[in-house]
Amino acid sequence: MLWLTLFFLVPMGFLGYQSLQSGLFPHFHFTWEWSNYSHVLRSNHDGGYRDQYLRSFLYAGIATLACLVLAYPLAYWIAFRAGPWRNLFLLFIIAPFFVTYLVRTLAWLNILADQGPVVRILRDIHVLGPNGRLLATTFAVIAGITYNFFPFMALPLYVSLEQIDPRLLEAAGDLYGSSTQAFLRVTVPLSAPGIVAGTLLTFIPAAGDFINAALLGTPNQAMIGNVIQSRFLESLDYPTAASLSFILMATILIILLVYAWIVGTEKLTG
Amino acid sequence: MTTVAETLAVPPRPSVASRVWRFVKRHALTAYAFLAVGYLLLPIAVVIMFSFNHPPGRFNYVWHKFTFENWIHWNSVLGIQSAIEKSLEVALLATFVATALGTMIALALVRHQFRGRAATNLVVFLPLSTPEIVLGSSLLALFLNDQNTIQLGFVTIFIAHVMFIISFIVVTVKARLIGFDRHLEEAAMDLGANEWTTFQKVTLPLLAPAILAAGLLGFALSIDDFVITFFNAGQVQTFPIFVWTISKNAVPPQVNVVASAIFLVAIILGLANVVWQYRAAKSTRGAGA
Repeated sequence: MLWLTLFFLVPMGFLGYQSLQSGLFPHFHFTWEWSNYSHVLRSNHDGGYRDQYLRSFLYAGIATLACLVLAYPLAYWIAFRAGPWRNLFLLFIIAPFFVTYLVRTLAWLNILADQGPVVRILRDIHVLGPNGRLLATTFAVIAGITYNFFPFMALPLYVSLEQIDPRLLEAAGDLYGSSTQAFLRVTVPLSAPGIVAGTLLTFIPAAGDFINAALLGTPNQAMIGNVIQSRFLESLDYPTAASLSFILMATILIILLVYAWIVGTEKLTG
Repeated sequence: MTTVAETLAVPPRPSVASRVWRFVKRHALTAYAFLAVGYLLLPIAVVIMFSFNHPPGRFNYVWHKFTFENWIHWNSVLGIQSAIEKSLEVALLATFVATALGTMIALALVRHQFRGRAATNLVVFLPLSTPEIVLGSSLLALFLNDQNTIQLGFVTIFIAHVMFIISFIVVTVKARLIGFDRHLEEAAMDLGANEWTTFQKVTLPLLAPAILAAGLLGFALSIDDFVITFFNAGQVQTFPIFVWTISKNAVPPQVNVVASAIFLVAIILGLANVVWQYRAAKSTRGAGA
C-alpha cells in the first residue's frame, strides 16, 4: 500500500507540479504556469497538439469498436460451442501476449510490407492502386492497435458470456422468442459487464499507445503518446510533456467516471 | 420442476428452411472462430518463420532462404544477451517483491474493514486504468525532480515494475479470496491451531494457485514491458528496449529467435496446463459417473 502511494500518487503529484513549471532544460522553475495547458491544447498551426489528441481518441475509439465486433463472435463461440476445446482456444487468444509487444508489432511490418503478399493481392484485385501501400497509413496504425489490444477485449467478453446459464436462452426460446430476439434481449444484456470491461481495457491503453503509430505509421499518424515520448525523452521539454500527460490522464479519468456513473463502481473495480 | 418442464415443452418442429439457416449459422460461427484465431496467430507464425530467414541484406523483411544459423548464433548480435539477462533479472526480482506485497494488500482489502479501504481500492485500481505512458512519465518526473540524486537505471526500472505489476496481483489474488470458504480456517482454529499456523497450513496452500497465477502474470507483464521501462531505464537496456533501439536501423533475425524462444516456452507451459485441466475435468466426470 505504502509502495503504491509512494510510487503512484507521489509521482502523479510531481507530474502535476512539473506541468506548471516554466523555463528551458535544465533550469525549470515552478511558476504556476497554467499557460502550459492552454498552450498544448492549441491547434497545430499554433504550436499546440490538438490534432494528436483528437487523433488518439479517434484511433482508440475505432480500434475499440473493431475489437468488439471482431471479438464478440469469437468469445461467444468459445463460451457456447467450443466444448472441451475451450481452454485451448483461450490459450490461442492470449498467445500474442507471449511474443514481445514490439516484436509482434514488427511482424506486421513483414505482413503489410510493400513486397508482401497482402499488398500484392490487394493490388491485383484493384483495392489498392498499383503504387498503393498499407504501411505508413492510418489503416496500418489502427489495425496494429486493434491486433495488439484484441485479447483485452476478448477475455472479459468470454468471462461474462461463459457465466450465462444456457437455460435462460432455452427459456427465451420456450417463450417464443426467436434466436435473434434471444440474442439481443438475453445474451447481450447479460454480457454487458464484459462489454464494459473490455471496451475500457482496450480503449485506455490504446489512447496512450505510441508504438503502433511509431512503427507502422508516419508523423501524420502521430498520436499523443508519440508527442509525450518525444517531448520528454528527445526534447527534454518536461513541463510541456508533463502537462500533455496530465491532460491525457484527466480525459481518461473523465471518460471512466462517466462510465462508472452509468454502470456503477462495483462492477468496475470488481 | 425440470420434469414438468420437460413433459410440457414439446418443441415445435422447425421448418426445413430454418434448419438449413441454423446449420449455416452454426458453422459460419465456427468458421469465423477459426479465422479469428488464425488472425491472432498469423503474426506469431511470421515471427517464427522469419527467425529462420537468411536475409539477403540488412533488412529482414522479405523471405529469402532457410537457415538455422540465427538459432545457433543467437547471441552474435552485440548487446542482445546482456539485454535478456537484464530483463530476466528485473522480472524475477520485481515479480517476487510485487507478489508478496500484492498478496498482503489483497488480504487486507478482503479480510479487514479499515479506514480508507475504499480509497485503497481506488488506488489499486487507478494504475490499471491509466495509460502506461502516463505512469512512465510520472515516475520519470519523480526521479528527475530529486536534484539528480537518483540515477536512472536498474533500481528505477525495478521500482517502476513493482508499481505497475502490483495492481494486477492484488486483483488476481482478491478474486480468489472472495470465493474463499472461511469455515476452513475456523475449523483449523477449533482444532487448536494458532493464527500463524492456520495461515501457513490452511490459508496459504489454498491461495497458492492464485498467488502462482498472479506471479506468472506479473512476470509476463514485467518481461514484456516497454513503455514504462523506456521512460525510466536511463542507459540500461532490457530486451524490449534493445528491440526498440535496433528497430531504428534494421532488426536482425536474432531478435525473432529470442522472441520465438520466449513464445515457445510460454506456449508449452500453457499447453501443458490446458492438457492438465482437460485431464482433471475428465477424471472428475469419470468419478461422477
